Amino acid sequence: MTDLPPHGQTWRDWLNTDTPTSRSHARAAAAWHGWLRLKSNHMAMLGLYILIGLVAVAAFAPWIAPHDPLAQNLMNRLQPPGSPGHLLGTDSLGRDILSRMIYGSRITLYIVSLVAMIAPIVGLLVGTIAGYAGGWTDAILMRITDIFLAFPRLVLALAFVAALGAGIENAVLAISITAWPPYARIARAETLTIRNSDFIAAIRLQGARPLRIITRHIWPLCISSLIIRVTLDMAGIILTAAGLGFLGLGAQPPSPEWGAMVAEGRRFILDSWWVATMPGLAIFTVSLAFNLLGDGMRDVLDPKEGGTR
Amino acid sequence: MSETLLDVENLRVTFPTRQGEFQAVRGVSFTLGRERLGIVGESGSGKSMTGRAILRLIRPPGRVEADRMEFRGEDLLAKSERDMQKIRGQKISMVMQDPKFSLNPVMKIGEQIMEIYRFHTGAGRSAARRKAVEMLEAVQIRDPERVMRAYPHEMSGGMGQRIMIAMMLVTEPEILIADEPTSALDVSVQTQVLSIIDRLVRERGMGLIFISHDLNLVASFCDRVLIMYAGRIVEVCDAGKLHEATHPYTRGLLGSLPRIDAPQPRLEVLKRDPAWAQAPSVSGRT
Amino acid sequence: MAIAENKTVGRRTPPPFLRGLITAAKTVGSVAITMLGLMFVTFLIGRVMPVDPVLAVVGERASKEIYQATYEAMGLDKPLLVQFAYYLWDVLHGDFGMSLLNARPVSEDIKRVFPATLELATLGTLIGVLLGVPLGVTAAVRRGTWIDQIARFVALIGYSMPIFWLGLIGLLIFYGILGWVGGPGRLGIFYEDLVPVRTGMILVDSAIDGNWSVFRNAFSHIILPASILGYYSMAYISRMTRSFMLEQLSAEYITTARVKGLPERTVIWRHAFGNIKVQLITVIALSYANLLEGAVLTETIFSWPGIGSYITTALLSADMAAVLGGTIVVGLIFVLINIFSDLLYKFFDPRAK
Repeated sequence: MTDLPPHGQTWRDWLNTDTPTSRSHARAAAAWHGWLRLKSNHMAMLGLYILIGLVAVAAFAPWIAPHDPLAQNLMNRLQPPGSPGHLLGTDSLGRDILSRMIYGSRITLYIVSLVAMIAPIVGLLVGTIAGYAGGWTDAILMRITDIFLAFPRLVLALAFVAALGAGIENAVLAISITAWPPYARIARAETLTIRNSDFIAAIRLQGARPLRIITRHIWPLCISSLIIRVTLDMAGIILTAAGLGFLGLGAQPPSPEWGAMVAEGRRFILDSWWVATMPGLAIFTVSLAFNLLGDGMRDVLDPKEGGTR
Repeated sequence: MSETLLDVENLRVTFPTRQGEFQAVRGVSFTLGRERLGIVGESGSGKSMTGRAILRLIRPPGRVEADRMEFRGEDLLAKSERDMQKIRGQKISMVMQDPKFSLNPVMKIGEQIMEIYRFHTGAGRSAARRKAVEMLEAVQIRDPERVMRAYPHEMSGGMGQRIMIAMMLVTEPEILIADEPTSALDVSVQTQVLSIIDRLVRERGMGLIFISHDLNLVASFCDRVLIMYAGRIVEVCDAGKLHEATHPYTRGLLGSLPRIDAPQPRLEVLKRDPAWAQAPSVSGRT
Repeated sequence: MAIAENKTVGRRTPPPFLRGLITAAKTVGSVAITMLGLMFVTFLIGRVMPVDPVLAVVGERASKEIYQATYEAMGLDKPLLVQFAYYLWDVLHGDFGMSLLNARPVSEDIKRVFPATLELATLGTLIGVLLGVPLGVTAAVRRGTWIDQIARFVALIGYSMPIFWLGLIGLLIFYGILGWVGGPGRLGIFYEDLVPVRTGMILVDSAIDGNWSVFRNAFSHIILPASILGYYSMAYISRMTRSFMLEQLSAEYITTARVKGLPERTVIWRHAFGNIKVQLITVIALSYANLLEGAVLTETIFSWPGIGSYITTALLSADMAAVLGGTIVVGLIFVLINIFSDLLYKFFDPRAK
């Protein structure tokens, strides 16, 4: 059976069907319905637009930015917003704040996407192994998870960066180390329910090995709850990353990381407010966008949890 | 017929939904004297909504409308929320389905009974306490002092429902609405709870509205029966003459139960006619 | 029947006091393991540190013999687990080592700075609870109205705003422009050392001493950082309160309370709110623990001499003993707050007994 719509039927009809003709057809139709529900949520769409804008800005930074983000001009330092050639003003070294913010979006995206890759995967591995194996493996892995959960996240990240040395990669590592335990908890809970279901028993009777059961049958079912959680956590990851940057433990100067830019502007906050304010607004906007989108996605993918925040 | 306690004419309960308005109760009329009136219907027939509408406990955006809804000649729909609070619990009470959910889990049972009594009578703690213990004894609870200090989760279902009845009758209301009061209970305690309701309602000369899905139970327990379907009353019967019922839905309900005195090889499946939902409501006024 | 009876005989339940003892032992055991793990993690962090701890002690120009002697004296030639045992021994005796910066015991430093953080986080939580709980209850009761929208908006901002940035903006507006509050620090310089240190919390100390001018000055300094922490606490508490209340308001016993003819105020505050109190305690405890963490960034902004500032200052000067000591103390408090809220839960919820 083909996955393409037969003649005389539009794509829209094909997606709106109540009687899917194949597994991928059903999946496409479900995704389409989810998308329609998400689309009707204006706030979530606003978040999505902001994030698309962010990605675009990051991708086309060299063409959009009016100046070199690192070019100093001490003659022209601390110019207020609206000065000729500097829409958002300049910082203490005369660098164009707008251009630095545009380039900074690349660093933010880089950190967020790396953490969003590492932490859930580590959590998924630990959680499914613990849930599937049970017994001592489960007890030990979950105890380790609890120990990491017992630490306040930022403080643990601080300690790790202190040990590993400041820098973006280490910040990513530190945030990932502090971010995986909740994912492990979720993955374990999902695994426990799936493991005892009849269809897994049927697969096992057919002679499937644990590795195959975990990778082919358990992981795909854990993914949706993990995705919701990751989207909701993104804002927190951005804030933690910016916090590390602010403390001078993330990206190192002269790199235009937003948190570090706020820290730099802190010295002039009373006289030149814009130096710290502008990059802070950028952090706020992006993490707001992730929160809006995350709330919307949770309502679509997981209606029973709706409105708990 | 004795004096009329409740007079309802053309009662409608409406909920706005995305697909337009949904009428859960569509033009129900009946009166209630000092009698036991049964309302029977399947889930979604509007029987519980009717009970709650009388107390005006339909939460917005739901609406209650009626041409007439009077308690002893007082217009219930015209009352302010504050005046309505004086009716609820004091003049008209309600016992709900499952005591596991309808009693406040973190308040001591004594507190819950005393609360309603004190609110409506303004009595002091010790008077309220005496009254509550007396009431618990009236519903045949053996160790009322201990029960007063207990929390609802420490009680069995049957005890919970007796406590609920005690609480709702402590103010000596004139009407009790019992909304499926026994369907969450073990079969073994159902009769006991029913006989307690029966005795108290008789002794105090109250009006009872007994809402249930169990036609035979209602028939054996009530004086008159209203049969509801899709938000309307399809038939009104004297409980003793139920076998004379004419409406196919009522007959269907009667036929779909196994009878030990007339065994059938196969129970009838209820066939529904869309015309039933369209037909005008039968009046239960006397 | 016989089978059923056998079952009840076979499953002999221990007497209540023993059951309580077992629960307590389990709690203590799990806490001990968590704490052990916590210390092991910090120990490892200390070991992977690129800074050579021996060099830090003996200095760059020490001879090879001295270096070697110190290396052995510090136990660094022993296996990792033995080293951990030494470390554990020290930490359990309240010895976190010496600070590189001021050559004083880290434990003394922490004792000195901790009350400042406690004072800040406590006032912050107080603000968060006093505003967040009524806001959450009102939002739930008036679901979908403008006040619910405002509550949602307030929380959304709280979840999205970088706390260090909000602190800076607050400082700019309320101190720089309006001049309504005291600036960074805990006290103006003319008010320092005027009251004897009893608890280390200046508001409390000055109140005990009856020195109200110091109290006023301290208040003008603490109110802005505490409000900023309180805002985050409020965002979290109001959202949780709202969702707890929504769950309760649709419960059947609420209908019972209305059937009883109770006024709406009693229905909401005595019946519905009475049922979320216990859950709220956990949320408030969690929010309090989170504020200790939020204090790290806030203290930096406001030059607040608490444990957050202590850790970050130590961090920037690679003073590892101080960083790890601070981390352990904050982690310990985290764990303790969690246990405490669990205990409260068991104590207050009649169903948990």
